[in-house]
Amino acid sequence: MSGWLLRRSLQAVLTYFVAVSLIFFLMRLVPGDPLARLSDDRPMPPEAIAALRARYGLDQPATRQFLVFVTQLMRGDLGRSIERGGLPVTALVTERLPATLLLGGSALLLNLTLGLWLGAWQATHRGTRGERAVGAISLALYAMPSFWLGLVLAWAFGIKLRWLPVAFMTSPWLRPGASFAARAMDVLPHLVLPVLTLTLVTLGATARYQRGALTEALALVTVRAARSRGLSESVIRWRYAWRAAVGPMLALFGLWLPMLVAGSVFVETIFVWPGLGSLAADAIASRDYPVIMGTTLLVSAAVVGGNLLADVLHRWLDPRLRDA
Amino acid sequence: MTSVLEVRELRVRFPGRAAPAWPVDGVDFTLERGEMLALVGESGSGKSLTSLALLRLVPAPGTITSDSSIRLGEIDVMSLDGDALRRIRGRRIGLVMQDALGSLNPVLTIGDQLCETIRTHFPLSRSAARARAEALLAEVALPDPARRLTSYPHQLSGGQRQRVLLALALAGEPEVLIADEPTSSLDVTVQAQILALIDHLRASRGMAVLLITHDLAIVAGRADRVAVMYAGRIVETGATRTVFATPGHPYTRGLLDSLPRLRGPVRLVEPIGGSVPSPDDWPAGCRFHPRCPRRMPACTSQPPVVPVAPGHTMRCWLPRTAP
Amino acid sequence: MNELGRRLWADPAGRAGTVILLLLILAVIALPPMLPDHRVQPDIVRGAQPPSAHHLLGTDNLNRDVFARVVRGGQISLLVAAGAVLMSVTLGTLVGLVAGYAGGWVDGVLMRLVDATLAVPRLFLLLLLVAALEHIPLGILILSIGATGWLGTSRLVRAEVLRLKALDFTRGAVALGARPSRVIFTHLLPNVTGPLAVATTLAVGDVILLEAGLSFLGLGVQPPTPSWGGMILDAKPYIVSAPWSSLAPGAAIVLTVLAVNLVGDALSHAQAEGG
Repeated sequence: MSGWLLRRSLQAVLTYFVAVSLIFFLMRLVPGDPLARLSDDRPMPPEAIAALRARYGLDQPATRQFLVFVTQLMRGDLGRSIERGGLPVTALVTERLPATLLLGGSALLLNLTLGLWLGAWQATHRGTRGERAVGAISLALYAMPSFWLGLVLAWAFGIKLRWLPVAFMTSPWLRPGASFAARAMDVLPHLVLPVLTLTLVTLGATARYQRGALTEALALVTVRAARSRGLSESVIRWRYAWRAAVGPMLALFGLWLPMLVAGSVFVETIFVWPGLGSLAADAIASRDYPVIMGTTLLVSAAVVGGNLLADVLHRWLDPRLRDA
Repeated sequence: MTSVLEVRELRVRFPGRAAPAWPVDGVDFTLERGEMLALVGESGSGKSLTSLALLRLVPAPGTITSDSSIRLGEIDVMSLDGDALRRIRGRRIGLVMQDALGSLNPVLTIGDQLCETIRTHFPLSRSAARARAEALLAEVALPDPARRLTSYPHQLSGGQRQRVLLALALAGEPEVLIADEPTSSLDVTVQAQILALIDHLRASRGMAVLLITHDLAIVAGRADRVAVMYAGRIVETGATRTVFATPGHPYTRGLLDSLPRLRGPVRLVEPIGGSVPSPDDWPAGCRFHPRCPRRMPACTSQPPVVPVAPGHTMRCWLPRTAP
Repeated sequence: MNELGRRLWADPAGRAGTVILLLLILAVIALPPMLPDHRVQPDIVRGAQPPSAHHLLGTDNLNRDVFARVVRGGQISLLVAAGAVLMSVTLGTLVGLVAGYAGGWVDGVLMRLVDATLAVPRLFLLLLLVAALEHIPLGILILSIGATGWLGTSRLVRAEVLRLKALDFTRGAVALGARPSRVIFTHLLPNVTGPLAVATTLAVGDVILLEAGLSFLGLGVQPPTPSWGGMILDAKPYIVSAPWSSLAPGAAIVLTVLAVNLVGDALSHAQAEGG
């Protein structure tokens, strides 16, 4: 096990390194100058541009830039923002991370519990009218752009019904020194619509995969054999079918994260949520390269880490893999 | 002798696009206490589905027709549902299914699987169930049973897995054991060991055994009686000795002729031409007649059940029309 | 393929998806010449008008007919999706065939690259590609989306090739001295078309959503060319006064992607049935 874990971790590190190189060279390959926009808006003397280029290391050869980039990355230094007054990207990202973790974590939790439950319910109620209805709804949710659903929900619940706030994470009247409880009570209603949107657009995929995996598992000989021994349906569902479906579900972990991350870019933009997603969207609007790159690097690290975690869990849950 | 299992007019229906299919279509047989009955037939004859039907485990969308009768001693199996049905499965009838590796849960140890079955049927403590599990593994002659309790299915050989499946089927102390092709995936020597083990368990526990197989050769000398199944029906039943000596039905003869013989004059093995028809399109009348070397005009209508010898019957027109 | 088509039609959901999709394609091809030209003088003074007999889905903040823009946007969306998916499927199939057939270090290097690239979510990959551009021509947009979509396809094709390579007919052909190109194109490729058809169909839905997202971020189809995502971006500030102008393009996206996925699902069921 430990030998395997070491090898698998090294592989993850290697994968991330290749991804980092890819991100770097993609930025250098594409036409266009990161500083072009800056000088566009505000006319600058050539000397000032040259000074800026030197400051961001853009006057160096690509390989040299890459080396500097990687060494800085290993120190946790993601460079400096071009637009936001030259603030370090790491600081910007760290400042925005908690909001995104709160939003993404809540959505992931809801997505998993609701999605797995719905999929399991579908798998055990195949052919019924209810199952078909749930299937149709999850297919429709799967087809929905998050930014549009967010807009529609904001319009319906925020503007028409006036039930919930549609922007920001806290109310403007919240005192800066408010207690944790007061702060939480203020954040909660702000959280509802963004989490609902993000959960709904990702729910369809989870439910559909779970239904597929569990349907397949329930048709297994193992399940029929368990029934032939008189085991109860709940034992069969959880110890037999569900355990058999866990493998395929874990393999999807690598799919959920990118889905949630991409979703959060749109959802945070719609609801002006102060997280990484809206930071990335703002950076895109202002072509703030280092910030786009910083968020991309962070997101990729999360994906590689998530896949590693899924593999470890899968191995821990399936004795056949442990021995292999 | 008293019968432990009595099956009458068992029919399994599968809805089809054009017409429904009847893979099991009017099966009758009786299993006496302590006897071994072999249900023999080619693949596609409906014998595995019959074994599942006895436990009401026909996979959806198949259904057992309501006029079918399955009596287990005093119990009418067809009238049971839910928990009452669960108390039959494993407790009164044990089933060893065809796919040994597939029948075991790959993520649970042998001990866990045995214990959960034991504790489903008997109110035993964890440690008592554990002891019982070890005894069961010893009973099926699995070497080193205590250590095997902690093994996972993939760590065992094919023959060992078959023994574990037998132990699982015995865990509820059933009076009927159904063994569906228990040896088809094993080496010849291991096959003989497993069959001998089943025979031994039958004798030591006084249990009735329904042995399902496509291989007549393993039936001889083991089963008390044999029932030959073709296209969803039993075409011939009788004591193994008499069926082998004086087969009545042309299909049984064909099966016996296709066996290589060790004794007697050397002759070529003669297989039966063609294959089992499809259950949504059974031939009219005697279902074997399109393949039968002795077919005649009468064969297109339903043949009667006729006696061949005492306790030996078949479904065929031959005796009625033979000179 | 004919058999597959028959089974697709036999499935009610598959039939519904196919009909909707065909109607949508017909609409975006046949309708535009009959619709009012969206470029003629935007009218800021009149502003957005609610749906009426004259404007089926109302007008947007510049008093442009929403229905006409949804149809034209659909034309662009479907064009981008078709072009990008064609490119990514071709690329993915080639990489998958090469990796699976060659095996060894070629396979190792290609698949490690695919793994690494998959670590970067596709949206971010696209952002890196197009964010630097001052103006994004439609061709570049299609190329970028196509270039970032082949990874999954290549994995799928590679897995199929590995499976087929172990089968007798392929080994037989190799043993008989068939050239690699012959083995690939006559023995392997025809046998991956089934799974590929499913993946391709589902990819069309993904790309429509992705393009809409990019356009919503201002990095996709560039105004004044209408696109569904771009229309939602334009209509967002007027959600209170003119909700119809953002509801319509969104509904068009949902309908299209739903139809595509219905077809994809039905295709995959048809395959599971037919083996």
